Amino acid sequence: MKRVETECTLTVNGVDHAVSGLHPGESLLDTLRERCGLRGSKGACEEGECGSCTVLVDGEAVCSCLTMAAAVSGRSIVTVEGIGEAGAADLQDAFLRAGAVQCGFCTPGLIVAADALLTRNSSPSVDEVREGLAGNLCRCTGYGRIVEAVLDTASQRREQP
Amino acid sequence: MPVLIPENLAELREAACSHDPVLLAGGTDLMVALNHRSQRIESDLTVVSLAQVPELRSWSHDPTSGELTIGSGITWSQLERAPFDALAPALAQAARTVGSPQIRNAGTIGGNIATASPAGDGLPVLLALDATVDSVGSDGERSTPLSELLTGTKRTSLAPGEVIVAVRFKVDDGWQGYAKIGVRNAMVISVAGVALVLDGTARRARIALGSVGPTVLLAGEASAFLTSEFDWDAWTCSEATIATVAEMAAEESRPIDDHRSTAEYRRHGVRVLTSRLLKRGRERR
Amino acid sequence: MTTTSTSERREVTAIAGGVGEPVLRPDGGAKVDGSFEFSSDRSVDGELWAVTVRSPHPRARILNVDVSAAVALPGVAAVITADDVPGVNGFGLIASDQPVFAVDEVRFVGEPVAAVAATDAETCARAAELVVVTYEVLEPLLDAERAIDGTFEPIHPDGNLIRHQRIVRGDSDFVGEVIVEGTYEIGMQDQAFLGLEAAVAVPDADGAGVELLVATQWLHEDRRQIATCLGVDEERVKLTLGGVGGAFGGREDISLQVHVSLLALVTGRPVRAAYSRSESFIGHVHRHPAAIWMRHHADRDGTLRKVEARFVLDGGAYASTSSAVLINAVTHAQGPYRCENAVVDGYAVRTNHLPCGAMRGFGVVQACFAHERQMDRLAAACDMDPVDLRLLNAMETGDHLITGQRVENVAPVARCIRETMALPLPEPETEDHVLSLPGGAGLTADGSVVRGVGMAVSIKNLMYSEGFDDYSTARCVVRDGRVALKFATAEVGQGFVTIAMQIARTELGLADVDFESIDTAVGSAGSTSASRQTWMSGGAVVEACRGVVGQILDQVATDRELDRDGLRIEGEWVTADGVPVVMVAEAVAGHLFEFTAEYHHPETTELDEYGQGDCHTAFAFTAHRAVVDVDPDLGLLRVVQIATAQDVGRALNPLSVVGQIEGGVAQGLGLAVMEEIIQTNGVIRNASFTDYLIPTIADMPPVVISLVEEPDPRAPLGAKGVGEPPCISVTPAIVAAVDDALRKAGRRVSPLTRVPIRPQDIALAGEGSTATVGS
Repeated sequence: MKRVETECTLTVNGVDHAVSGLHPGESLLDTLRERCGLRGSKGACEEGECGSCTVLVDGEAVCSCLTMAAAVSGRSIVTVEGIGEAGAADLQDAFLRAGAVQCGFCTPGLIVAADALLTRNSSPSVDEVREGLAGNLCRCTGYGRIVEAVLDTASQRREQP
Repeated sequence: MPVLIPENLAELREAACSHDPVLLAGGTDLMVALNHRSQRIESDLTVVSLAQVPELRSWSHDPTSGELTIGSGITWSQLERAPFDALAPALAQAARTVGSPQIRNAGTIGGNIATASPAGDGLPVLLALDATVDSVGSDGERSTPLSELLTGTKRTSLAPGEVIVAVRFKVDDGWQGYAKIGVRNAMVISVAGVALVLDGTARRARIALGSVGPTVLLAGEASAFLTSEFDWDAWTCSEATIATVAEMAAEESRPIDDHRSTAEYRRHGVRVLTSRLLKRGRERR
Repeated sequence: MTTTSTSERREVTAIAGGVGEPVLRPDGGAKVDGSFEFSSDRSVDGELWAVTVRSPHPRARILNVDVSAAVALPGVAAVITADDVPGVNGFGLIASDQPVFAVDEVRFVGEPVAAVAATDAETCARAAELVVVTYEVLEPLLDAERAIDGTFEPIHPDGNLIRHQRIVRGDSDFVGEVIVEGTYEIGMQDQAFLGLEAAVAVPDADGAGVELLVATQWLHEDRRQIATCLGVDEERVKLTLGGVGGAFGGREDISLQVHVSLLALVTGRPVRAAYSRSESFIGHVHRHPAAIWMRHHADRDGTLRKVEARFVLDGGAYASTSSAVLINAVTHAQGPYRCENAVVDGYAVRTNHLPCGAMRGFGVVQACFAHERQMDRLAAACDMDPVDLRLLNAMETGDHLITGQRVENVAPVARCIRETMALPLPEPETEDHVLSLPGGAGLTADGSVVRGVGMAVSIKNLMYSEGFDDYSTARCVVRDGRVALKFATAEVGQGFVTIAMQIARTELGLADVDFESIDTAVGSAGSTSASRQTWMSGGAVVEACRGVVGQILDQVATDRELDRDGLRIEGEWVTADGVPVVMVAEAVAGHLFEFTAEYHHPETTELDEYGQGDCHTAFAFTAHRAVVDVDPDLGLLRVVQIATAQDVGRALNPLSVVGQIEGGVAQGLGLAVMEEIIQTNGVIRNASFTDYLIPTIADMPPVVISLVEEPDPRAPLGAKGVGEPPCISVTPAIVAAVDDALRKAGRRVSPLTRVPIRPQDIALAGEGSTATVGS
């Protein structure tokens, strides 16, 4: 049985990070930001209601604020810092081009969530995009450009597989 | 603060029985409490992660008995999709209303039961399905009807360290449905939720209510009335029956006023949703 | 430098990425790859964390504050209270009536009483729990009317009435042929920016001053208030803008700035702090909840003749910008319509509720909801189409406000209305999806959904009012062919950096534009609020660039012995009497140019005792049409489409303008159907994103947009501010659409008068309601 005390190894974007000094119950978000130096994932609600902290754990989009860091030791974690190399550079570019970025605080989580959505559904309809990204709050854009960026990426991927 | 990550049921039993552990399933309730410091894990406590126990993430369906057994670690994302959307459509409907895609990827049906919130989206459905909860604890294994397991607002009869292994219920070709009122069209806590199961085999109707009482409620009188008034052979019931059942369910709800809604509206919501569900059920929509 | 290349093809070539183009954000790349640094992402070696200890009571006397147990906790570096404030223990944008830490009395739930610095956030939290404050609970003032009628003892030395303003114009006894009246209620809205308050303070070398990295809207005003509280000269306080995760007015007031600065001075170490979401809800000001009564008088043909109104804005415990919000509300009571007679009273009052101040729309959101609901009532009373009624009364350039001020701006009100109504209505749904029905994935809707259409129009003042000497500063440096811009304009996400880059390219004919740090090392830019930065800081960048252009042309005239008067920059070229002479990039090579400019807007005046005066600078106009599907039995809604035509003057960056419009619409939609801070006995009940709901992507409909571009000759580059106008009339438009749907469903006669609309307001409506069991 695996047992983690205050140290563990997290595999983030393919790189092993040895972390120590974990607080009891420390969230993956806090560990990524304060111990791994990966501050791309953002915290804005501490309770899974905003999606700013979205990361992939074994390919599934989850809120890193609701993930206990010690419990995902050894699993594959992808954050916004690694999502481009993991194949979402086109999505990042589409967000920029579509005007889907204003203050940008929600953007890292949105890009990770949108990447997960497109992995599961390569040809989403508008409503499927809306249902798939309903966990990511944005206060600046009104979401219109975000929908466009995701649909643009999907159609470009279909044209150039 | 050790975090134990058992990788099979035997290890889990060892981990859960030998300590007084904090059980971590999807984390969608526990981590919120920890982040807000409304709950704190002192360093001498043990956390047991349930995420990597394959037995908790399995499911089975016995076509002969009609029994569907769902491992406690099955996530809402899984429940939204095949085969659960066909086997237990009301549960799939409830799953689809849980939080966000990220929450549904993490949150589990077992966690929903253990947290025992009156607003837990899966609970009215499981209560209407008359589900049984299988658990293991230091006293061994037991099976408990969900209605007995839920003892109050966020309270259950689970002992410290007792782990929910699975939840079981019978499904048939009757009809089941769930509907939930939220003020937003996605990612919202239930203001009122109603589950209706029309069990064609047992010829029994069950209506359960969420967010309108200290715990999820079985609308017993409405269920009994509907069971007796529903024409199970012709699969129909009258408009008058629908109105009466809806009114009875509303009367059986025990809502309160809070920042999310008012008692009056919640009761009204139960009435409307019960009526609508029954019309859908009658037409097998 | 060679001249042959240019002499061979002397044709003016346009500069790419200049004004008018949909240029992409210069900070966008860093924002999509996660490398953009927000204020919460900055850490400094040796830093301490800080946390604030806050009042649990809306009103209580402080009998004792015992910090000894907290100080004794290992890892705690300092615990500070009011006794430790070296300067003035008071701050505020207009009046310095709010203490850094409460003295003697706390006045709202969440008021800071002490602050802790410790080695890490967890230790801070534990120490905060060990600060023992002994309170004697007092009866709170929660009824705004009791602040007006004087029946409650003063809860603050400045009294319970923050400001009263009366407006009397024309014939106050006029009685119209048609009279409609109503009372309206607007709930307390939160800015809910995603990037929570965060700052890092570092003591300077000799420990007497501080450098602060903070997400704010107005660096220099923060500096003034911080220095006053710290008791140091402003020069000892240096502010740098940290990456800002949205603002919407909520960062205009001081929140954690003084706390972290003081802790840094006390401990001699860097101090970092970041609010949680629940703390943010009580740590910044909100949109004023308002109760508004209005009575409109009109001729039988619908001509508006007189507006009577009474505004009560609950300012909460401290003044913040309440007095300015009140003036905005009362001076916009008539809406974008001609009206020669008015009697208006407005009160901004102090209560023991959460303090209120700036939020996008700033008083006009409240006024617009009331006047637009009134216009719908008036249309019904005159048996007119609501659109025709508004067109009949639409304001034009040269018309007057009820303050007597003449509207000098381009005022295309009628055009905004016509273009909005001409935009296509939504196509029938092609997709069978749960989100296409009210109630969404909750599967609540059956066949009884009814569609309604409504519209509304707004007028919004731009920039500051009431005689404030408003200015912005910018410096332009051209070195080695590159442009460097320096300003203190807070980039909060709106995209001023993009606009500044475009302006520099167009003015200078140079492609490469860099930005220096946004900090207090240059003159003030004023606040990123009041829809003012494109006009004000844009104006300053224009002036600074034009200063440099003059220097460049001087240089070219000297170098080439050309007549200076005939020289211009056109596209990428310097031209002499229209003939290309040399490319700018070539002309500036090897030279250094620098110019700093201050842009001031036209002067305004204060209002007199009758509310008369030219108090506003400029105005912009917007119309919205909403299509809403309503489930009348459950009171659940789905906004299907928003159409809008907005008077933007000139779209300097169409992509940015669309972004402002869609984002503003989302906030106005939120106010219409879900957003409200709920307080019970002065205690906030929903300080989380679980319970304070803002629209998700599933709640936002498509927005169809028409940009009304009539360049305003009074604005630099003709561009009006576009930040606030999109979030104002969308709220009453949605409510009008709901009313329309309910009328069609035979459910309701009297209009909805409150936002946000709650499901029970529809489902359990009294008069006209025929709500029965399911349908």
